[in-house]
Amino acid sequence: MKRTLALTGNESAAEAMRQINPDVVAAYPITPQTELMHAFTQLVADGAVKTEMILVESEHSAMSACVGAAAAGVRVMTATSANGLALMWEIVYIAASLRLPLVMAVVNRALSGPINIHCDHSDSMGCRDSGWIQLYGENPQEVYDNMLQAVRIAEHPDVLLPVMPTYDGFIISHTLERVDVIGDDEASAFVGEPKPRFSLLDIDRPVTYGPLDLQDYYFEHKKQQAEAMKRAKEVVREVGEEYGARTGRAYGFFDAYRTEDAEQIILCLGSAAGTAKAVADELRDGGRKVGVLKLRMFRPFPAEELARAIGHARSIAVLDRAEGFNGVGGPVCPEVKAALYKAGGADVFNYVYGLGGRDLGPDLIRSVFDDLEAGRADPREAIHLGVRS
Amino acid sequence: MKNMTEIRWHGRGGQGVKTACEFFAAVAIREGKYGQGFPEYGPERSGAPMKGFTRISGEAIREHCGVHHPDVVVVLDESLVVSEDVCDGLGRDGTAIINTARPPSAFAGRCAGAVWTVDATKIALEEIGRPIPNMPMIGALARVTGLLDIETIGRNVERDFAAKFGRKTLDGNLRALRRAHDEVKRDG
Repeated sequence: MKRTLALTGNESAAEAMRQINPDVVAAYPITPQTELMHAFTQLVADGAVKTEMILVESEHSAMSACVGAAAAGVRVMTATSANGLALMWEIVYIAASLRLPLVMAVVNRALSGPINIHCDHSDSMGCRDSGWIQLYGENPQEVYDNMLQAVRIAEHPDVLLPVMPTYDGFIISHTLERVDVIGDDEASAFVGEPKPRFSLLDIDRPVTYGPLDLQDYYFEHKKQQAEAMKRAKEVVREVGEEYGARTGRAYGFFDAYRTEDAEQIILCLGSAAGTAKAVADELRDGGRKVGVLKLRMFRPFPAEELARAIGHARSIAVLDRAEGFNGVGGPVCPEVKAALYKAGGADVFNYVYGLGGRDLGPDLIRSVFDDLEAGRADPREAIHLGVRS
Repeated sequence: MKNMTEIRWHGRGGQGVKTACEFFAAVAIREGKYGQGFPEYGPERSGAPMKGFTRISGEAIREHCGVHHPDVVVVLDESLVVSEDVCDGLGRDGTAIINTARPPSAFAGRCAGAVWTVDATKIALEEIGRPIPNMPMIGALARVTGLLDIETIGRNVERDFAAKFGRKTLDGNLRALRRAHDEVKRDG
């Protein structure tokens, strides 16, 4: 039975985890993820889930325990933020390379230093090449929806890759909003039972995980991993459509908002998209042709579909909530530019914003649309939006 | 656009800004509206100035940023009127509700909008026994804005805080809520 709840992003993720009822969760607390695991361990203590909860001594151990459990063939979840994700690093790659369908919520937080507990995407963007599927959620509702879908995507036999649903630390994790949740039975029916193909515990069909893999086969295994990531696109689409049919909330690779005839488009990820849509509506009321493209799926990167959706625009601003330290801007913009390479004449500008939780209000977003319309921005250099000089 | 009411709370660490901004949003959501509540997480020190934000709307709320142009500001600590620009961004048709023993006229010229006052600290001391002004200020906010009915808020106070408070403190909070609702006043 459908219910409407007042939940923070973290509580919303915990509610999804309650319904998913994973077999094993191993986690270590870190702000702003802590409340998620606080809520979930309470559910374990109350007997509301049957999960074996492993409280470990570090994030490196958390991800290692998840890898072991997933290789055994059970459904495994965890969550972290920023420095915790950094400490998991080598095992994050191993989870993907061993094709283990883990789901890990990443509550986006600035990767120190100087030390900062607030939101930016430097943590999850850092592992964009680790082989995990990445889904960025805009609000607590999408956090819930993405968590349920992540399980299906990860475990799909065509995929078998770990999935990282992310959401903005504090801005979403600690903001209470209205969240519509589906019934426990419907959620169970949607995620289904895990059907491991290669369980370490299946002694009748012994398998090896993580052996030495040198010049002879390593390259072939990497190619298979890359192909699985390509196939994940179709699965993300199918699962998003099925979820929509069941709940009325369909999901795709991105949310193209009033972009069809737009001359200026802002492309962004996560919580910034909602504020940008509100500003776009206001400018549309004044007769301006503006739109917003919210990129939900950053890995795999939907290059062709993106080019079709925004290639017609006169100018596009890509908003990056991470500094790439590459001398030209953030991590999302170069991929958008590459996607648009053959699509036509749109000028693409890069704005880096919101580092360490710096607020992105409507005034700043309006200034970006104004820059685009007036042709004020310099395409060669990223603009740091809202930074003091 | 202005189907939405944006509220900014000003207080000091320990006065209950976080609880108030989230609770008000939660009640609105349970009443079938859309709501959003969150504090500004700075250095968390008792007594440090802090802000909270609540948005209430009949439609989905898309903004995820601080409230820069509030319709209502709720000031839990009078000293902030001097030390911070609590009315920053408040328009002429906006409203400020200040916890103070002084009348609204004492704040003439400080805010562009209408000023309402209520002695929430005194009410809290008398009814709850502790100078925590958030519950009476919720009552005042309900009265001034008409966004939520006081009986509805009372039921939700019971629902959310009965386990935490115990009967005596809960009853004190309910009395403080209703008293501030009735006592908040504006000039004229």
